[in-house]
This record gives sequence, C-alpha cells and structure tokens, in this order.
Amino acid sequence: MSYTKNTSEAWGGAIGLGATRREFLRSAAHMLMGSTLLAGSPLLRGEATRKKRKVIVVTFGGGARDQETFAPEGQENIPHLMSELIPQSSFFTHVSNQGILGHYVATASLATGVYETLNNFSAVPPEHPTAFEYFRKDLRRPASDAWVVAPSNGFNRIGESNARSYGPGLGARVVLPKHLLSAASQGAAADYDHLLRDNYETPLYTPQLQGGEFELQQLESIMKLSVDDFVAHARTLSSPDELSVYIARRLMKEESPSLLWITMHDMDVAHSGAYSLYIEGIRRTDRLCAELWKAVQAEPEYAGNTTMLILPDFGRDADEDAGGNGFQHHRTGDTASRTTWLMALGAGVREGVVYDSPVESVDLVPTLGAMMGFSASQSQGKPIRELL
Amino acid sequence: MLPQNLQAESFAGYPPEARKLVVDNLTVLKKLPLSFLPSMLREVIEYDYKFPAERAAIDREVANLASLSPKDFDLWFQALSRIELSTKLEQVDWVNHPAQFVEQESAYLWSSRQLDAFRTAATEYGSRLAGVSAPEPLPVARLGIGVIGQGVSSYDGQLFRKLRSHGTLFTQIKPEEGLSQLLSAVAARAQGHPAPYGHWYVDGGRLAARLPALTSVSYKALEPVRAALLKRMQNEISRPGMGPEELRSSMARMFPGDLGMDSGGDPVLDRFQVKVLTEGSGTQIFSTTFAQWAARECLRRAQPLTLLVRYAPRQRQKPMNEMLSNDSESAEVDPVGSLIDADMGVYYQWISQQRLPGSERSVFLAWFEGHSQAVLVSPSLPRGSQSSSALSLGELVALATG
Repeated sequence: MSYTKNTSEAWGGAIGLGATRREFLRSAAHMLMGSTLLAGSPLLRGEATRKKRKVIVVTFGGGARDQETFAPEGQENIPHLMSELIPQSSFFTHVSNQGILGHYVATASLATGVYETLNNFSAVPPEHPTAFEYFRKDLRRPASDAWVVAPSNGFNRIGESNARSYGPGLGARVVLPKHLLSAASQGAAADYDHLLRDNYETPLYTPQLQGGEFELQQLESIMKLSVDDFVAHARTLSSPDELSVYIARRLMKEESPSLLWITMHDMDVAHSGAYSLYIEGIRRTDRLCAELWKAVQAEPEYAGNTTMLILPDFGRDADEDAGGNGFQHHRTGDTASRTTWLMALGAGVREGVVYDSPVESVDLVPTLGAMMGFSASQSQGKPIRELL
Repeated sequence: MLPQNLQAESFAGYPPEARKLVVDNLTVLKKLPLSFLPSMLREVIEYDYKFPAERAAIDREVANLASLSPKDFDLWFQALSRIELSTKLEQVDWVNHPAQFVEQESAYLWSSRQLDAFRTAATEYGSRLAGVSAPEPLPVARLGIGVIGQGVSSYDGQLFRKLRSHGTLFTQIKPEEGLSQLLSAVAARAQGHPAPYGHWYVDGGRLAARLPALTSVSYKALEPVRAALLKRMQNEISRPGMGPEELRSSMARMFPGDLGMDSGGDPVLDRFQVKVLTEGSGTQIFSTTFAQWAARECLRRAQPLTLLVRYAPRQRQKPMNEMLSNDSESAEVDPVGSLIDADMGVYYQWISQQRLPGSERSVFLAWFEGHSQAVLVSPSLPRGSQSSSALSLGELVALATG
C-alpha cells in the first residue's frame, strides 16, 4: 500500500516506445506509411477468387511484449519477421485487446470477434459463433475446410461455440498435437517429454479433454502418418510449437483447409519467471512463422492465393507497473499487456506498409469475413479497412 | 456481508495485534467500500507477522483514513465506491479470507470489464495516500547490489543493457575477492545503521557467508521446505475437482509449520520465506526466479536500507512434472540462461528499489561475478557513461556511498 510512488521519470526511455518502434520499422525495413497510400483494394475480388482463397491465422502466443519483439531493443529476437516477412507485409502497429487477458479466453475472443468472458481455465466452448462457424455455415464448407492446431490447455473447445444457430457440427476440427503425441506414445520411452510441456500459467493443472479433439486413429486417415512415424519425427523436435507447426504442415499437405488457425504457446514459459526461456520461445516462434510462410509457398494449394495473419493474443505486463512483475505475467491490464501488433502478408495485401491506425483484436474475425466472404454478424469488431 | 455490518466479533479469528488494530478502528473501516476493504484486510490480517516498515505503513494508512473529513472521505473513495460487485462476492467470507476474496474480485472485475476503472481508482488512492503519508527520512541512502553470472566463464552478449542508461558502466573492475568485499561492505552498513530487517542478503544458491547482522535467505537453505511444498502441491493437484484457483488458495493457506519449518525460528522471516515460495510463480523450481521474487518482495515489504542479491545457476528447463519432482541429484544447470535471467532480475531489483521512498538518493550496483564488468547507478555518477577505472568492488561501493 506504500508502493505507489510514481517513478516514471526514472524509467526514461521505456515510455513512448510505440512511436519509436514505428519510426524504426519504417526506416529499418523500408516500410511506407499507410496513410500516404490511396484508398482502394488490392485484394483479389469476386466469388471465384474467394473460393480459392486460403487464410492462415497464427497467434504469436502466448503473450509477447513490444519490447521483446518490434521495439528497437527487441528486434534482435525476431530476425525472420524483420528481414523476411515484414518487407512483404502490411503491418499494424497498434492492436489493442480490451478483453480478459488469459490465453484461452483471449484466443477465443480472437476467434469469435467478441470479448468472451468464459473461465480461462475451463474446457468450455466460446459463447459466440467462431470465424470457423461463420465460414462454414455461410459458405457451406465441409468440416475438412476449417482446422485449428492448438496447445492442449483447454483449447480443445475453441473450434465451435455453443451459440444458437451455430455450434456443434458447424465448427472447425481441432487438433491438439500434444494430446496426439501423448496418446501416440503411451507406454513408450519418454524422450519426447519436452514436447508435452503445457499450461505455464498454471503448470499443475490441465483440464480433462472432451469434445471435438482429433482422434488418434485419424492420424493415419487424414494426415497419412503412421503412429510410429509421427512419434519418430516428434523426437527430432525441440518444442511443443514445433510439433504444432509440423502438424499444420501435414494438414496443409493432406487436407488443404481454406481456413487454418495455429496457436503458438511456447513463450508463455515466461510465467516461470525465467527471462531467457521467454526470449528463447519468441525466437523459436519467429523462426516457425518464417518456416510456415515458406511452406505456404511450397504447397501448390496455397502458393499465391494465401493470406497469412500473425498477431500475439496480447502482450505482457510492463516492467514499470508495480501491480505486476514485468514480463512474467499478464495480470495488470496495463497498456503493455493490452497493446500488440498484427502482420498481414500474402494474397491481396499491400507489401511494405506500416499502419498506425488503431485496431482491436475483435476486428480480426470481421476482417476474415470480408476477405473470405462470410458475415461475422455477432462480432463486436469491424473489418480492418486497410486490408479490404 | 457488507462493511457497514461489521462488528468487533467479526474479527475473532484474527491474530491479537491485527484484531486490536481493526477493532480500534472499526468505525472508519465500516465506511469503506467493499471493493477496497478486503484488500486492506489482506494486509492487516498478517499484521502480527509483518516487517516493521509494513506495520508502520498500515498504521499511517489507518490513521489517515480516521482523520479524513466526511467531504475528503467521499473524495478519496468516490471512484472505488462506483465499482459494482456481485451479490455472490458479498457473500464471500472476506473478513476471514480476504486474499481469496481479492482473487475472486479480480476475476469478476476482468469479466465485468471494470478492471480499468478499478485500476485507475486504486492508483488514484495510492497517489493520494503517498502524498499525505510520508514515512520517516532514511538514516542513510538505500543501497542495492545484484551479483549475477555465477559459474559463467565467458559471455559474448551485452550485459546490463537496461541499467546502463541510468548509471555508469565499469569495464575494468578488479574481481578478486569481490563477493567477500561486497558482503563486508553490507555487514559494515548493518553495524553502522542497525535496524530490524534493515539489511538483507538473498542468495539463489548457498549462502557465501553467515553474517549475523544481516537478514539472510537462501534457496539452498530452503530446500527441505521446497521439497515439502512440492510434495503437497502434487498431492493437492491429484485431488478430484482441483483447479488452479483452488490450488492457489490452498497454497496461500500454508504456514511455516505445515512445511516442516522449525517453530523456534523467526516467525516473521519464516512467514516471508514461505510466502515467497507459495505466492511466487516459478520460485519453487527455478533459483533465479526465487532470487528475483524474493528481492522484489523484500523491497516491497521490508523496505531495507541494504539488499544484496546473488544469483546462482538454475536447473535446466525440463518437463514440468520432472521439475516438480525436485530430483536434485539429476538436476542439470543452465549457467548462461541463468545469467540472462539474472540480468533482467537485477533490473527489476533496481526498479523495485526506485519505487521506495528516498529513491533520489539511492544507489544500485550490479556486478558480473568473477569478471571485470559492473554498472553503478548513483546520483553522484553520470548516467549512460562508461569508466575504465580499475577499482575493486569494495572501492566501487565506497565510491557510490561515500
């Protein structure tokens, strides 16, 4: 209670980071200012085009701050995004999340376009229709056309809501690679335990899985992978997110979904308080995003017609906020924990442009709707004009 | 229950000194909004086990509340009074379990989208309180020391990046006997300015020396306590219906005796150590996290005049179940990762120190143990500069504090 002294002066350069970052991005990555461009869509339009359009959403999770990513001092942690992806992208510097900052509930909010209020630690479905349900219902797409690859801490219910007129049978299929590996490796030597790390926020608690999770027997029928091959490959990987990207690539190859959602989570190891592990997680996610984009270019079904959107689910607490413990958590609801970024690249996206205009995380789903041709009728957000 | 319904008997379960405090001030407590009072009681209920600085702060706060005119009282609490809580929260036994209430209140504020309003109101309250409730002047400028990099023979990365802009980077420090010189300097301060819980030494490994004048805490000494805690956590988590909130509440209820601590010890310090382990995230498994969180809590709570924190290598990351098994025999360490953790840790230590009264005079030293690099933040030294002076660690402390 005696801990409220304002020492903003002492923290000097940490304040005003946003403006510095934007200017740095423009010069370092040779980006244009979005406001200098004329209005008008570069997107490929028309119903025929929409049918071919693929969209991949990658959540750069769980929880990354500006100062470890796009701020000048953080850019060394994201060399692939900086040198390979940013020059090809439209980059939004000011994305805010005004909802609950727990990973499952925030990702559910991203997927519904509504700030959900569900219990972050329960395996419950979102209350509002997800992008997957809008997509499948409005465009009459089969279940195989929308997939989610997610960490297993409760995300198994993220594929479809319990909203009236939507819900069961209309959502995405959800694959939980860790769950899959755990099931595939029962009784075997545990030399892939490092891939089963889970739920850093509450490391001892993982909800029981139920609902539409990917069944083990579908490994072979859909991904054309034998259990032995899957387990053998898993042994060559170093983290749960690597496993997720591996599964995503198999899905792209064998199932070619039009809407693919991948939730990264390695960096949430920050909750353990080990800064080096948090940074390691960010660097790995940076590399995996670049690998995924390369995979897009290599897959005939995706090359040339895919838009990829990368965004953190939210940030983490500021070093200066006395109510938190800096990077370790995302509990204060301060600006650093609520403010992130969005990168869009690929089909229909202007390359090398930075936009400072404020965007909310709930704007993602209506934007996907505008891109793909569905109506996100219950979303609280609005389409991002610069991507239309 | 609402605050206006409080009776003296409501606090029958409180420890004696805490009970006396609330009963003596019951009139003013009954006027406080429910959005605020439990968070105050969360501190008060621990009054008997608080450090002197915390007791003084609570005393000042309560005295200030009692002195407010009705008009000022309304002004101070109008924003907090506008926070709407649920009937369910009103029914929580917040008098006897204020910490659990605050946790549930936090969840409710998030879900009802009142968190920002609460945060603003609480910050305003804190600023007002700081403006009228000044602590006694310090007898000597506060000194913080962070020692990082134990076990690292060489490191190519840049250290102290966040601290450099606030102080002077020394590149030719003489590292010989550096730790013992720092400990001697700290002990000398403790003898020159004796104060209960006023001078601390926190070690993320084993204590390098036992100095009676210092309040000492170490990760190694707490090994049996950590083992007992981890065992209890694993037992708790296997119980049906256990979830994260229940686990946290269960841990928050643990006392030193529950974890095998000797009842003949220092009850205030023992309670502090248990709280570092039960309330800190990751303090049970990573020594670097333990050292950082212990330093933060030490500064926040005890407000020491001197704090030396020495980091030690933590165990390498493994699957959580292996780390929780606490198998120290097979624990492989990660010295370089620990150095990076500690580099951030000392920056947070400095931030925590700067939040305390007297920050304009305070001094902070961070040193890469066994090496010639250190950074010194002091009002007497330029910011963002570099020095190649060949000083010993003892001379460096004298330079900053002399």
